[in-house]
Amino acid sequence: MKHRTFFWFILPTLSAMILFIALPIVSVFIQSLFVEHEQVLVVSESCGPFGCNQTTSIDAEATAALREEKPLGRFNGLSTYFDRSHLASAEVAEIWRESTGLASFVNGLMDLKFYRALIFTLTYTFTVTPAVLILGLAIAVGVNNLPRAFRGVAIFISLLPFLVATVVGSMILSWMLDGEGIIGATLQNIFNDPSLTIKSSTPLMWIALIVYGIWHTLPFSFITFYAGLQTVSKDTLEAAQIDGANKWQSMIHVVVPHLMPLVSFVTLMLLMDNFRVFEPIVSFNAEAHAQSLSIFIWSDLREAGNPLYASAGATSILTIIGVAILLTPVLIRTWRDFNAKSH
Amino acid sequence: MFLKKVMVAGAMSALLGTAAYAGGHAMCGPDGASVRILGSDFPAIQAVAGAAEANCSGSAGEFTINLRDDTRDMMNQALTPNPAEYTSVIVANSTLTQLMNDDLVRPLNDLVDKYGANLKPHQLITIDGNVMAIAFMANSQHLFTRTDILAQAGVEGTPSSVEEMVAAAEKIRAAGIMEYPIAMNMKVGWNVGEIFNLFYFANGGELFKPGTAEPAVNSAAGVAALNSIKSLLEYTHPDHLSHASNETQALWEAGQAAMAIMWGSRGGAVLDDEGSTADVTENTLLSMAPTANGGSTPAATLWWDGVTIAKNVPDADAEASFAALVSGLNADLMKEHNDKAIWLIDGFQPGPAAAGVSATANAGAKPYPMIPFVNLMHNALGSELVDFYKGTESAEDALADVEAAYVTAAKEAGFLN
Repeated sequence: MKHRTFFWFILPTLSAMILFIALPIVSVFIQSLFVEHEQVLVVSESCGPFGCNQTTSIDAEATAALREEKPLGRFNGLSTYFDRSHLASAEVAEIWRESTGLASFVNGLMDLKFYRALIFTLTYTFTVTPAVLILGLAIAVGVNNLPRAFRGVAIFISLLPFLVATVVGSMILSWMLDGEGIIGATLQNIFNDPSLTIKSSTPLMWIALIVYGIWHTLPFSFITFYAGLQTVSKDTLEAAQIDGANKWQSMIHVVVPHLMPLVSFVTLMLLMDNFRVFEPIVSFNAEAHAQSLSIFIWSDLREAGNPLYASAGATSILTIIGVAILLTPVLIRTWRDFNAKSH
Repeated sequence: MFLKKVMVAGAMSALLGTAAYAGGHAMCGPDGASVRILGSDFPAIQAVAGAAEANCSGSAGEFTINLRDDTRDMMNQALTPNPAEYTSVIVANSTLTQLMNDDLVRPLNDLVDKYGANLKPHQLITIDGNVMAIAFMANSQHLFTRTDILAQAGVEGTPSSVEEMVAAAEKIRAAGIMEYPIAMNMKVGWNVGEIFNLFYFANGGELFKPGTAEPAVNSAAGVAALNSIKSLLEYTHPDHLSHASNETQALWEAGQAAMAIMWGSRGGAVLDDEGSTADVTENTLLSMAPTANGGSTPAATLWWDGVTIAKNVPDADAEASFAALVSGLNADLMKEHNDKAIWLIDGFQPGPAAAGVSATANAGAKPYPMIPFVNLMHNALGSELVDFYKGTESAEDALADVEAAYVTAAKEAGFLN
């Protein structure tokens, strides 16, 4: 394709991407560099049903004047990125100095919310993603080998977890896992231990969240792989059979290599989605045991009356950086395959 | 004393108030104005907004009511544009601060002079001489007890301190009646922060160094508060870190708790004949919030709910909204909705559902602080104390983390340097 034609061809997509993806990211980044003006406070007497006392309030006029002058706030540079709620450089350095070994260092890190969230998020991402890839492929192959009459029903049932809204699905599972719910109560009965509850144990809660994550995203990888299986060349499979390959061997040496581009695609999507894990944590009431970067963005912006835009902006940018780091190996691989094919 | 004062003042203003009702119908302000009310969705607010609509929707050009959950998360955004999305927001102590932080509500002094004849002085929320809100109901946390279960376990009287609650809980557990007799709202986030406030105030603590935005929770009172809470948590359901009001109310109504620290506003719903059995409702007693460590302040924070008027709306709309809402705050409303809240309104007859809040207020519980940066402290408490409750951190370390997290947020919000 000529460069000129290519340019006109890509222009609509490119302008939409600049407008709706690139510019918002730039705007978020700029906001993360500024913090609120110093608040002008006044102390006065306030009275109500419970008597009178001295209260502090904000001098609205003085604060408005400051805002008028510099609408973005005070320039703070990258300091927000390195404060205690984010990368916590000073705190990490101190923990490093005081730690006696790797274990005590990690223990100290777990006290800082950013790292605590990162450890959960990475554990979640690196268990859910491979599990969904492997199980999705297994189900796709299974369904593909069913007699034609049952396939429609099997596909429909396999897609169900995807059709349930994340919030609803995780809410239902959360009720079932509750100490009073069907799964929670059954577990207590089996182990004869009334203090065994998923919601009070960090490891059990992590397992519950991971199981939910796998259940919910499985249909996505299943349907993608199922579509891919329809394009596997019958000739190649037959040739493999004639060469004496058994089912497992033709699976590993014919089907999987054929599906590799799809595996890259599904991996990319899963890594991105799982790194931003959010709804299950809210629905499971799991904030005591598991937090993610998305949860922090949400709570900073919900900080009613004093939304922390800089903090939320910094967390967003750090999330983007995190996703980029995770995707790099997959992208490099895809790029190499692409180059190999084009030569 | 608290409710007595309310009633005496009420009787006086009822006498004065009759004059304002010339012709016997409510005064609704300018005709054809727009009244748009935003509030939280619970029975007392439904009653107040409903009365305003019944009285004044006829003379208003537009009359809308939007009651929903989590209004605090969107009210500032809704009132920021000019004209604002709503002419009036029904707020509580903490949400008034939040609106005032952004200068979104107007002083009501002249409107009170014109339409406020049936209001009592203590309903006026006054800051630096300006009336910023009209309170109509009070709320606080207090103790709920099951008298039958306490009697069965051989506990005499109603527990009035944390130490007595723990002793009673131990007896109930020892008697094999219940493994987890205590319920309280310990859900991570706002509730964890609020429970700390209760016991911190009961132990004589102050959240900030006086006159500054510097935190002061890492103190002896802070450690004492955490230990009080922990002693109660020994006897709560192991899932307590996911329990908020709806869950604790459900535990109570299912008969699975014998002592609970819950909101007074849940009292009506607990005592009514819905969602529970007669065994539970007939034996439920509402009483003062417990004291701690030999102190005399109950572990509770006092709250009010009230009417504010948006700043960024035309004066005629503001006047009509105020007149409509205030027109409903009278004895007629009390006749119909007496048991839906602990009303501050004239004509309120305190029933059993009001006993807990009333006793708690009389015993000198502290109001929830109206300080511009209290939200930031509340959030820091709500997230950083969890490690202590899970047993992975000491009280001192957890409180040091709270202060560090608060300072980080307060610096960003411009309250600290």
